[in-house]
Amino acid sequence: MSFLQLDQLRKSFGSTQVVRNFDLQIEQGEFVSLLGPSGCGKTTVLRMIAGFEAPSHGTIRVGPDDVTRKRPNQRNVGMVFQSYALFPNLTVAQNVAFGLRVKGVGKAQSTARVAEMLSLVGLGDFGKRYPFQLSGGQQQRVALARALAVQPQVLLLDEPLSALDAKIRVSLREEIREIQKRLGITTVFVTHDQEEALSMSDRIVVMHGGMAQQIGAPHEIYSQPANRFVAEFVGRLNVLDAQVTDGAQGRVRVGGLDFATGRALAPGPVALALRPEAISIGAAPGHDVSFRGPVEAVQFLGSVIRVETRLGDAPILLDTFNRTGREPPRPGDELDFSFNAAGIIALD
Amino acid sequence: MKPKLWSWIAFLLGFAYFALPLIGTLEFSLRKRRGEYSLDAYVWVFEDAQFRETFGYSVVMALFTILVGMLLVVPTAYWVRLKYPRLRPLVEFITLLPLVIPPIVVVFGYIRLYNTSSFLPMTGTTMGTNLLLMFGYVTLSLPYMYRAVDTGLRTIDVRTLTEAAQSLGAGWATIIGRIILPNVLIAVMSGAFVTFAIVIGEFVLAALLNRPAFGPYMQLIGANRAYEPAALAVIAFTITWFCIGLMQLASRMTPQSRAKRS
Repeated sequence: MSFLQLDQLRKSFGSTQVVRNFDLQIEQGEFVSLLGPSGCGKTTVLRMIAGFEAPSHGTIRVGPDDVTRKRPNQRNVGMVFQSYALFPNLTVAQNVAFGLRVKGVGKAQSTARVAEMLSLVGLGDFGKRYPFQLSGGQQQRVALARALAVQPQVLLLDEPLSALDAKIRVSLREEIREIQKRLGITTVFVTHDQEEALSMSDRIVVMHGGMAQQIGAPHEIYSQPANRFVAEFVGRLNVLDAQVTDGAQGRVRVGGLDFATGRALAPGPVALALRPEAISIGAAPGHDVSFRGPVEAVQFLGSVIRVETRLGDAPILLDTFNRTGREPPRPGDELDFSFNAAGIIALD
Repeated sequence: MKPKLWSWIAFLLGFAYFALPLIGTLEFSLRKRRGEYSLDAYVWVFEDAQFRETFGYSVVMALFTILVGMLLVVPTAYWVRLKYPRLRPLVEFITLLPLVIPPIVVVFGYIRLYNTSSFLPMTGTTMGTNLLLMFGYVTLSLPYMYRAVDTGLRTIDVRTLTEAAQSLGAGWATIIGRIILPNVLIAVMSGAFVTFAIVIGEFVLAALLNRPAFGPYMQLIGANRAYEPAALAVIAFTITWFCIGLMQLASRMTPQSRAKRS
């Protein structure tokens, strides 16, 4: 049986249903991200696990216990908030010791645990400072140490990196993942940032309209999106409106090209999707479809160069590595592009 | 140059408006002895046993009023902010009622409701009347105490801090006692100061409930003596300023303030 089980969770605020029949099973030690746009219900699911919102229907189990009706302070679930939520009147050490003191842990044991937690998050010397004397990244580390100090059964992270600048965000997400792996703690992470979800998670739950659209490993979510929403939300996507010319062989016609996708398609119009990195400039090994198009714009993104071209009427974005010694394409150039027809995703 | 000149004129006018009556009262209080300044009026006041009794009584009442007001207002304002933010206008309106209902109406209501032939004969005993007076003071200070605490709560993220504490296993008493109250302590203290000032000078409730408070004593002295009321006014003013000073000092002694200065 899974360690954290959400069965048929529903939540309504008035007449608005924000979470609909949400099922999720998480194994012990797993890192699962809830990914979706604002208002998709991901934070509500997290808040229901924490006990801050009562589900309108469904059950939440942690281990063998049904915690659905338990109060937040009886669940032993640690939470890290977007706004850090450190207690401003307490020092860093007192913040970390707060949960231990509430639980009645002895002073010597508590002091040792606080020191252990602070050194785990790399803030061993910051115990006597107050939250306002720390940077955002340091405050979030303290919040993590505080949540972990009480040895929760489940760790909940509610967009913990959103308030931080880009560089700190990347380093802290690596740190969080490292600590989570080291402690083997079951973790649910809420984010709207796909890069965070893809880089940190064992599994991702893509949410939309209060429902899980797809649950899977990051590479599955990216390479085999279950539907159009997942395909468009995770990563960048070129969408081509094509016409199926031979359904059995999956032959399609788009922008003057005619090729077989290698899978059966229903006759009629079909939306095809192609990731920007699946298209190359010029010929490439394994690429069986090529077309010629104008370079309309070029964005230099450091290691990657993003080129905008056109296939028929459809705008196409493609990403290519920036290779030393090779000049990037210039707007106005006419170039050959190619892709592998098997890499095309048919959207429903 | 011109704006600076006008600023100085405004400052001097304001200063004169506040300071001249005080200087006048102080000067008058020192003229009990003919032809020379003396502290005779002050000596008389401090030697008067009734001054010590009434002032002591009012101070004790003020302290209890602050305590009960704090116990009533902090959890209420906190709960309204956390659970019923839509009720805030209604609660604010209720807390403002003591400003529009005259104390004379309040005290007659009390006497009518809690007299010796009522279902709760609080005026039948000294302790009961003291309690009634204290609750009356709590009511009178409600607009100031509530506003001060509510403003203090606005400076912290009540909801997230509460949830953070809950997720760490804390119950309501711990959350209010260890997280909310310490973070609004300075606001509570400013409310406490206004409460103190109200209770020390209050006349109507104490006089009509017939309790030996400082307000009725000041009125009595004012009606019967010449220089001593002025001395009393100066003493009351000094005590008020002393209280402000103490509270400023206390607010500077919080660990956060000390950390900010270091």
